[in-house]
Amino acid sequence: MQISLGTMIAQGITFFIFIYVTMKFVWPPIMKAMAERREKIADGLAAAERGKTDLEAANARVDELVREARDQAMEIVEQANRRASGIVEEAKADGQRERERQLTAARAEIDQAISRARDELRGQVAAIAVTSAEKILAREIDASRHRDILDQLAAQI
Amino acid sequence: MASEAPTATEYVTHHLTNFAIGEGVWTLHVDTLFFSWLTGLLFVVVFWIGARAATAGVPGKLQNFVEVLVEWVDESVKESFHGPREFVGPLALTIFVWVLLWNFLDLIPVDWVPVFAYHVLGFEYTRIVPSADVNAPFALSISVFLLIIVYSIKGKGVLGFGKELLTHPFGSFPLLVPFNIILNAVELIAKPVSLALRLFGNLYAAELIFVLIALLPAWIQFVPGGAWAIFHILVVPLQAFIFMTLTIVYLSLAYEKH
Repeated sequence: MQISLGTMIAQGITFFIFIYVTMKFVWPPIMKAMAERREKIADGLAAAERGKTDLEAANARVDELVREARDQAMEIVEQANRRASGIVEEAKADGQRERERQLTAARAEIDQAISRARDELRGQVAAIAVTSAEKILAREIDASRHRDILDQLAAQI
Repeated sequence: MASEAPTATEYVTHHLTNFAIGEGVWTLHVDTLFFSWLTGLLFVVVFWIGARAATAGVPGKLQNFVEVLVEWVDESVKESFHGPREFVGPLALTIFVWVLLWNFLDLIPVDWVPVFAYHVLGFEYTRIVPSADVNAPFALSISVFLLIIVYSIKGKGVLGFGKELLTHPFGSFPLLVPFNIILNAVELIAKPVSLALRLFGNLYAAELIFVLIALLPAWIQFVPGGAWAIFHILVVPLQAFIFMTLTIVYLSLAYEKH
């Protein structure tokens, strides 16, 4: 065991040189890298957490949309059903009305035809009656005897 | 190695002599300096390569290794030192890895490097374990001692530090001031001395035991040698860790106001 100041001083200087190099070139980049990595991991975890909540929100939204769509579809179907029955009712009513109308028209026509036939018949009957009366009268009437009536008639014409 | 068949005493003494240049206190222990610089450069270069392309993404194997050590040291510092860690962190990392590498040199069989240095390079003496040379641990602990003073002043101010030296722990009564000063001086000086001697003592003893084991007959050496090496694997990181932890504790004691 020999004390050597020279060795000690040289060693001490070397020691500080190594500390300096470590402090300048080893410590900061490693610390920085580790801090950055820590941050990156924290960010990643936060992003994962956010993703999870986003997914949950999206799922909830999807559920809501599906429910809404189902409700809407049901409403539409109901409306369509109502509409269909309405149309059927309307058509029925239309048919009924048309039937009534045509029935009335047919009746009126029939009535008309009846009255026309009656008129015709009446005319014919009258003609027949006149013809018959003419024939009867032709046999009965003496032109000379009834000259005055005939003249009177002619004068009135 | 000097003579053909050294006696046991000669062998042991030879192994405990440094390759020295110069005389007296200004002697340079070339082997201690060389191996400590070698291990220090290994540390700095490997860690620098690992940190150079540090990425926040997936780290490479070397970056991973460096990160594990850096983070562990940073946590250790954070536990007891409650101040800015820009300097104390690298300081603790340097101490830990450097001392660890020093101590690991003790696990290289004791004769390999000296024999190589003697026969190939022609060096008379070579000791490869810096921490078993008292100067290297003291170089660290005295540096730490200077840092303790720097951090005391940084944390408490010149006046605060002076006041603590004069009035702590017995109180500010004027008659007690000398006792305070003496106690504080002892406390301050005991820190680097104990720090250095703990490391030195452990490694010196371990080295000595390896040398003694090397004196046994070759066919039985591996039994005690292996056992001691396995035990020593525990001592190596433990001493490095103790040195680092105590440095941090001393600095935090110095930095914090009481």
